[in-house]
Amino acid sequence: MVEFLNMGGYAPYVWSSYGLGALFLVGMLLTSLRRLRTRRDDLARLEAARPRRRRDGAEGEGAA
Amino acid sequence: MTTAASFHRFANPARFQRIGDLLLPWLFGATALLLGVGLWLALVVSPPDYQQGDTVRIMYVHVPAAWMSLFVYTSMAVSAAVGLVWKHPLAEVYAKAAAPVGAGFTALCLATGSLWGEPMWGTWWQWDARMTSVLVLFFLYLGFIALVDAFDEPARGAKAGAILLIVGVVNVPIIKFSVDWWNTLHQPASVFRLDGPTIHSSMLWPLGLMAVGFTTWFAAVAIVRMKAELAERRIRAIRIAQIGRE
Repeated sequence: MVEFLNMGGYAPYVWSSYGLGALFLVGMLLTSLRRLRTRRDDLARLEAARPRRRRDGAEGEGAA
Repeated sequence: MTTAASFHRFANPARFQRIGDLLLPWLFGATALLLGVGLWLALVVSPPDYQQGDTVRIMYVHVPAAWMSLFVYTSMAVSAAVGLVWKHPLAEVYAKAAAPVGAGFTALCLATGSLWGEPMWGTWWQWDARMTSVLVLFFLYLGFIALVDAFDEPARGAKAGAILLIVGVVNVPIIKFSVDWWNTLHQPASVFRLDGPTIHSSMLWPLGLMAVGFTTWFAAVAIVRMKAELAERRIRAIRIAQIGRE
């Protein structure tokens, strides 16, 4: 295990590379998901406050 | 606006959202599986290189990131061309959603390249043709991100960004062939060669799995970001309509 973590003496280089990769993949995914959630909440609030005419029939993607 | 035109304007994004929702769980599942097995092969199973020792494992992050940086940019340029010619409503949405992700892959490629270069070449950075052209790619991404938001009228920003993407695509073959055209510190291609890959299958497998895993991850994140961008456009449209009524 120690040998594995040591990466033949190159631990700082190898693990920083994988760490940066993981940071990017996870960070970008989470910020993108959070962005989608807030936009969706904003949209739902706006559409709920909107006058209801012209929205009958076309669900969601209204034809206005 | 005629019914046909408004149908064209909204039908595609609606269908996209449906297909996207259908694909997302599969893409997330495939990403977890591919990266899980890929990491295990990359870190545990694959052998250290006879010259580079364990630093060769940096390749399994660095090379897929580099491929993705080129793939994402090229796909954005193609989508920009489609957007300019056929006015496809999703084209500019895609380019805007993908740009920060492509910039991230490029930054990851540059950073892991430095972390690999220091122990193996004795330098974090060298202004050779490969590294310089990838740095230019990074700035093209940043330029596009800044440009699309620099106009009051979003449509004009999208058009300016599309032109930047199409002009900048000239950099893609320069990056690919930089290692053949110039004497670079960076090594030449060892996977996508006319005479086949020159690396052993014990290294090719983890590399391939990580690359496909990066691609499915990118597809999932791109769908999520496009959905957010579409919601934002609806919000903007509703607010403009409200101002119009007041």
